[in-house]
Amino acid sequence: MKMNGARMVCEALIAEGVKTVFGYPGGAIMNVYDEIYKQDGFEHILNRHEQASVHAADGYARATGKVGVAMVTSGPGFTNAVTGLATAYMDSIPMVIISGQVPLALIGTDGFQEIDAIGISRQCTKHNFLVRELSELPRIMKEAFHIARTGRPGPVLVDVPKDITAEIGDFIYPDSVNIPSYKPTVKGNKRQIEKAIDAILKAKKPLLYIGGGVVLSNASDLVRKLADMGQIPAVETLMARGVMGASNPLLQGMLGMHGNYGSNMAMSETDLVISLGARFDDRVTGKLSEFAKYADVIHVDIDAANIGKLVDVDYPIVGDVTHVVEKMIEGLEGKINPDKYTDWREVLERYDNLHPQSFTDSDTVIKPQWVIERIGELLGEQAIITSDVGQHQMWAAQHYPFDRPRQWINSGGLGTMGFGFPAALGAKRGCPDKTVINITGDGSILMNVQELVTASEYKIPVINVILNNHFLGMVRQWQTFFYEARYAETDLSYQPNFKALAESCGGIGYDVTTKEEFDSALKDAIKKDKVAFINVAVNRFENVLPMVPAGGALYNMILDDQQKEK
Amino acid sequence: MSGTRRVISVLVENESSVLARVSGLFAARGYNIETLTVAPLPDTNRSRITIVTKGSERILEQISKQLHKLIPIYKVVEHEEMVEKEMVLVKLPIEESLADIQALCSAYNGGIANVGMDIIIGMVADEPRRVKHFLEAIKRYNPIEIVRGGVVAIER
Repeated sequence: MKMNGARMVCEALIAEGVKTVFGYPGGAIMNVYDEIYKQDGFEHILNRHEQASVHAADGYARATGKVGVAMVTSGPGFTNAVTGLATAYMDSIPMVIISGQVPLALIGTDGFQEIDAIGISRQCTKHNFLVRELSELPRIMKEAFHIARTGRPGPVLVDVPKDITAEIGDFIYPDSVNIPSYKPTVKGNKRQIEKAIDAILKAKKPLLYIGGGVVLSNASDLVRKLADMGQIPAVETLMARGVMGASNPLLQGMLGMHGNYGSNMAMSETDLVISLGARFDDRVTGKLSEFAKYADVIHVDIDAANIGKLVDVDYPIVGDVTHVVEKMIEGLEGKINPDKYTDWREVLERYDNLHPQSFTDSDTVIKPQWVIERIGELLGEQAIITSDVGQHQMWAAQHYPFDRPRQWINSGGLGTMGFGFPAALGAKRGCPDKTVINITGDGSILMNVQELVTASEYKIPVINVILNNHFLGMVRQWQTFFYEARYAETDLSYQPNFKALAESCGGIGYDVTTKEEFDSALKDAIKKDKVAFINVAVNRFENVLPMVPAGGALYNMILDDQQKEK
Repeated sequence: MSGTRRVISVLVENESSVLARVSGLFAARGYNIETLTVAPLPDTNRSRITIVTKGSERILEQISKQLHKLIPIYKVVEHEEMVEKEMVLVKLPIEESLADIQALCSAYNGGIANVGMDIIIGMVADEPRRVKHFLEAIKRYNPIEIVRGGVVAIER
């Protein structure tokens, strides 16, 4: 069928089953927008900033497991998208981003709104394409989706010059992909898996170390089964919250810089780390030489480059965690004795009882942790929680009772402030039956606040709970602990009227200073079905605890404020 | 820079930005490049990039794995026994002894490539270690300019 390149882009998206595209038009991408106007295969959501478009596509992908799609124009449209690409790249989120480019003949001439998108995005995409010939466009679109969702997922950029989108040619969308140089290893090596099974059977204090790869691979049920059959304790990374389920007695909690005492001690004392889709990030390991010091390490990862990158691995297994855990379960069936680790579990239980994940509540001021726990009590499994970056993010990860994977959406690797609100829009569009709450701070929310307009226009009723301490809280906490309380540029006392701001954009706002007000605001916001800001005045100097100071050993935690003051 | 020296051969799809992907990877992750050569392979749409690098065992392993992750890369070869050669062109003043230079160059697997009105151009192609010796030896003939070609290697 004959059509122009712009139409081919749309037809390819439809062929890939795309239902929602987030984006922002501009000169170089206009031909594609003209074709979007004429079709009804997918909806387009006009964010009010390209960064938000990419985060929204990202949130959509994280909530649904499908490939997120965003579209931007050349030059500043593309550069605004870069933070979104980098965010998705660090957390291995499958996305396809289409960017307009100046006509081929203008490339390299410093044309209006020209920037080398391929050059700039090379280090923050899994792969990128510049379409040089119209005939290549269908194949490139097919490959982009394939590369984004297979192997270790990631964002893929397709940069399309304006003359390519105008040119007319034959559209035949390929049925299959053949990239001889790209063959991800899905199946783990059989002998390596057998060795790992032997190691598990021999271990006295095994520990499952669960990372975001388990979520990406949709392997949570299998991992729960593996833990259950051996009664093996587990810790989750920030990206894996929800995999085990909050009420699972085998779950110790989250480990790392703001992990709970039990999890960090478990990692410090285990004799066998069973790492599933985790990458030993510095925020998880603390001081590497002290990390899991007494343990052998099984490392299952679809990305061979993650294995042995930071820690020495005794049992490397390259493969999809779903496949490998299936084989592990088969191999352990009937052989593993769940009573074997009773002593180990008792040790961990004592640690947990010694310093449980807790906080001191107050009658005079709202504690941010209380807000999180309260949302959990009221909404539990029914909500999808997104977050921005900072203290509120850590409190949400620590205190929300996540029961299932994809319930918790945050920028873990890049730590992008401004991620949460647009990601919530994407999550809500992907999962309209869920209540979507963005837990945010008074710093982060302003970094994509223009999305109030998008949310109102498209009636995407996400609720932003602003834990407002009038500080850039996490940086303030570091200043308190490590910079002798010199609060350089972290006092955010000067701020907008959040309630009025939300309402000026067609949303609804609440100012909350008591627990009762919070309850009624949240219930009202859910009922009103509008985008909402719930501005909660919380304790100004609350710290996220426990805390492992950067570069310290995991077992050396600051557990309470008094301890710090000593 | 300290560490083990390693020759890595990379077989790539011959597309416009592939060299930038490879060199960009080295720059972004702080890996060291001593030499890099690239040329298309005959009768295919592939090229071969030969990189000489240095680093700890962990870094060298990372280089190979990270290279392998790039989509247009078919193969990363790190052979124990590589036959390595590097070519050098050297420009010398005509006043120097042509016979001496001829003899020196042929000792290092080369010869006189060109002689002009006022210059002599010598060429050698030899193992990297021997190239180093040649570069020391040629000094006494007052070279005007030296161009090294970078290492190419093939596994035995």
